Amino acid sequence: MMKNKKWLGFMFLAIFTLVLSGCNFSSSNKKEDEPKKEDNGKEGGEKVDQVLNLSEPSDIPTLDSTKAHDAIAFNVLNNVNEGLYRQNQDNDSVLALAEKHEMSDDEMVHTFTLKDTKWSNGDPVTAADFEYAWKRVMKDNGAYNYMIVTAGVKNAEAIMNGEMDAEELGIKATGDKTLEVTLESPNPLFKTLLAFATFLPQNQKFVEKLGDQYALEADNILANGPFKLVNWTQEQGWEMVKNEDYWDAENVKLEKVNVFVVKDPSSGINLYETGKIDRVKLTSALVDQYKEKEDFKNVKAAGTVFLRFNHNNPALKNVNLRKAVNMAIDREGLTDVILKDGSSPIYGVVAESFYFSPDKVDYRELNGDFNKGTPAEAKEYWEKALAEIGQKEVKVSLNIADTDEMKKVAEFLQAQLEDNLPGFKLEIKAVPFKQRLEIEKAIKYDLSLSTWGPDYRDPMTYLDMWVKGSSANRMDYYNPKLDALVTEARGETDLSKRYKLLLNIEKIFLEDDVAVAPLYQRGSSVLLNNKVKGLVDHPTGADTSYQWAYIEE
Amino acid sequence: MIVTLFIIITLTFFLMQFLPGTPFTNPEKLSDKQLVILNAKYGLDQPAAIQYVRYIGNLLQGDLGYSFQYEGRTVKSMIVDRVGPSALIGLQALIFGTLVGLVLGIISALKHNTILDYGSVTLAVLGMSIPSFVFAALLQYYIGVKLEWLPVALWESYDSTLLPSFALSVTVIATVARFIRSEMLEVLGQDYVITARSKGLRESVVVTRHVIRNALIPVVTMLGPLAVSIMTGTLVIEKIFGVPGLGEQFTLSILVLDYSVIMGITLFYSTLFIVIVFIVDLLYGFLDPRIEYKEGGQV
Repeated sequence: MMKNKKWLGFMFLAIFTLVLSGCNFSSSNKKEDEPKKEDNGKEGGEKVDQVLNLSEPSDIPTLDSTKAHDAIAFNVLNNVNEGLYRQNQDNDSVLALAEKHEMSDDEMVHTFTLKDTKWSNGDPVTAADFEYAWKRVMKDNGAYNYMIVTAGVKNAEAIMNGEMDAEELGIKATGDKTLEVTLESPNPLFKTLLAFATFLPQNQKFVEKLGDQYALEADNILANGPFKLVNWTQEQGWEMVKNEDYWDAENVKLEKVNVFVVKDPSSGINLYETGKIDRVKLTSALVDQYKEKEDFKNVKAAGTVFLRFNHNNPALKNVNLRKAVNMAIDREGLTDVILKDGSSPIYGVVAESFYFSPDKVDYRELNGDFNKGTPAEAKEYWEKALAEIGQKEVKVSLNIADTDEMKKVAEFLQAQLEDNLPGFKLEIKAVPFKQRLEIEKAIKYDLSLSTWGPDYRDPMTYLDMWVKGSSANRMDYYNPKLDALVTEARGETDLSKRYKLLLNIEKIFLEDDVAVAPLYQRGSSVLLNNKVKGLVDHPTGADTSYQWAYIEE
Repeated sequence: MIVTLFIIITLTFFLMQFLPGTPFTNPEKLSDKQLVILNAKYGLDQPAAIQYVRYIGNLLQGDLGYSFQYEGRTVKSMIVDRVGPSALIGLQALIFGTLVGLVLGIISALKHNTILDYGSVTLAVLGMSIPSFVFAALLQYYIGVKLEWLPVALWESYDSTLLPSFALSVTVIATVARFIRSEMLEVLGQDYVITARSKGLRESVVVTRHVIRNALIPVVTMLGPLAVSIMTGTLVIEKIFGVPGLGEQFTLSILVLDYSVIMGITLFYSTLFIVIVFIVDLLYGFLDPRIEYKEGGQV
């Protein structure tokens, strides 16, 4: 008996030690920073540590730029790596690793001359690194390979469809530092797209040495951007330090950026309150409590939420009915009373404040609001529609993803539509996100509450999805006039002419056809430590750039 | 045991086929053509039966496959990396919770119908009925933010494990206390306790040797499953305290249809469950001499 007990105790101890040792607490050097920071705070006059502490809601899936597909990875890649172009403080695509960008007269052949820069292992960054990475995206069917197709690189579409070999992609290193990219046709979007992570270079030797372990750990990725990734612990966070070898290192003020994985929003607030992180996103429940504080900010995002109509539905086919639905919804009430999360009403498909004409005027300002109306106007159209379709009432269902946000919106829509359109019955069908998408793709819904995130900084990312056969159309919408305009705009290199075309596409889509009901543009409410300056958020591509940020003394 | 596992794997595999959608991470932007290419690449275009045979084949070689959401990471490494933190806070919660629960339960049984009894019963009922995440949020706010005694969240040192363990232990305390109380009350009325007392044994000996030991048996039965559920991670507590554990991964993998991870974690949980139930069976023999294992008896 005694022997047994001892044995049991020993077992417990052994298991406990084993478990403890398997816990890999995040590195101890993080702790060292804290007392230092406090000291400096007290002395006041001394230089503050240039350390920025941030959080992300989940871990990085992979940092392999050819496979990356999520906001968190794009963010890290943007700050650790650099491609030919990068987004500047105004979200414009500017020359980065490329020193010079020349075009042939027909704008089909682009020649880039690279700056003299190094990977963090000392190898020079060469034109061949770009050729290797881009071909790798195509070869491995990377998640964002269609970006290379959108960029119009020669043969990209055929390669994506499996009709051609990846080696035939229109990119060629013509020298150590010169890169030649051939396009299918002139593409006004090319420059904008090049700032995207899929177009980053990769060091072939390094990638091939690591095989499938590439970019899964801090040691398994090379930096050539403003920062280097030095630590990355699964599900806990990662750490970046300034890259002294970066060509623009003298303008990078931060010494270190810590990013912690914080999944629970209210824990995020508690960490912010205790000074552990410098910025936190608020959930709408917390907005009222914090909105008077001076560190509170609303940040506009470029994602949009809208209602898709099934254009095959006998009732929803009717344009007046779609107009009635559009006008019956009080979008201000939705964003200001229901959501309260930094979202703003929108009456178009292209988001506000990020897309400007060659004369620097906002796209939304130029095109104005579509189908904005009062409940009374809505009722007029509704009665007209009922007469046209010969029905007294319309019963439809609404396909939504079962997130809190979408449920709130759906309930609001239900109340608004049933109140303002007598005889309109809306049934909400909440399913998991992926299923919502499947139902949408199969066009087995009446109404669907959809979201769209732009891929690049141009109105086209919201517009060309509506052409016939596009995988993002998902409502059997077809207007040959719109298709023709999209094709025309894709090849138009005169930027003002092109912009007019882009404006007209939205007009056809919403003014003539009332094809969807735009609802709101997403946003977020954040608390940002007042000492943090120069942190730049981008509407598309990577969320944030750290390289111009600093901690005020 | 093997048969049970096999049935679990098979059921999970085929049930999973009914989930609509694709496991790929950017479904919103995938074109139909790309989807066909990707499905072919991962063998998802094959009939379920062939996929099943292939999966079992790989499994027999110890290969759980790759995750879809964390491209390039093996399911095995995902489980191994995450199980440690979950197990640690689970184990601490279990040990602490059981000890406190035992003490509370024993006190209230021995001081039946006194203020002490009512006190600990109230405590136990509260512990059962207050969801652990409410308790966790309160702990985090008062001990982490207001008093700054322990870290608010994150996983940086041993201190980080204390709040989540404590939050988790509440359920254990409540469950154990209630169980042991009712068991002890029952045992206290048994003939052999009366016999022991009439032999003139001291009350402390009666309680430790006869009452507690017998009352422990049902507690052990209940502790087995409780241990599994608590040590394999709890979604909410891990989320609140930023514990890099397994708890969230299981739910998440189902939501995003990460087929291989769903299978891997299911397999891991069921194995653990079966093993613990087995250990509990063995512990019976240790606690209750009436239960014996005979050669050839069922296991």
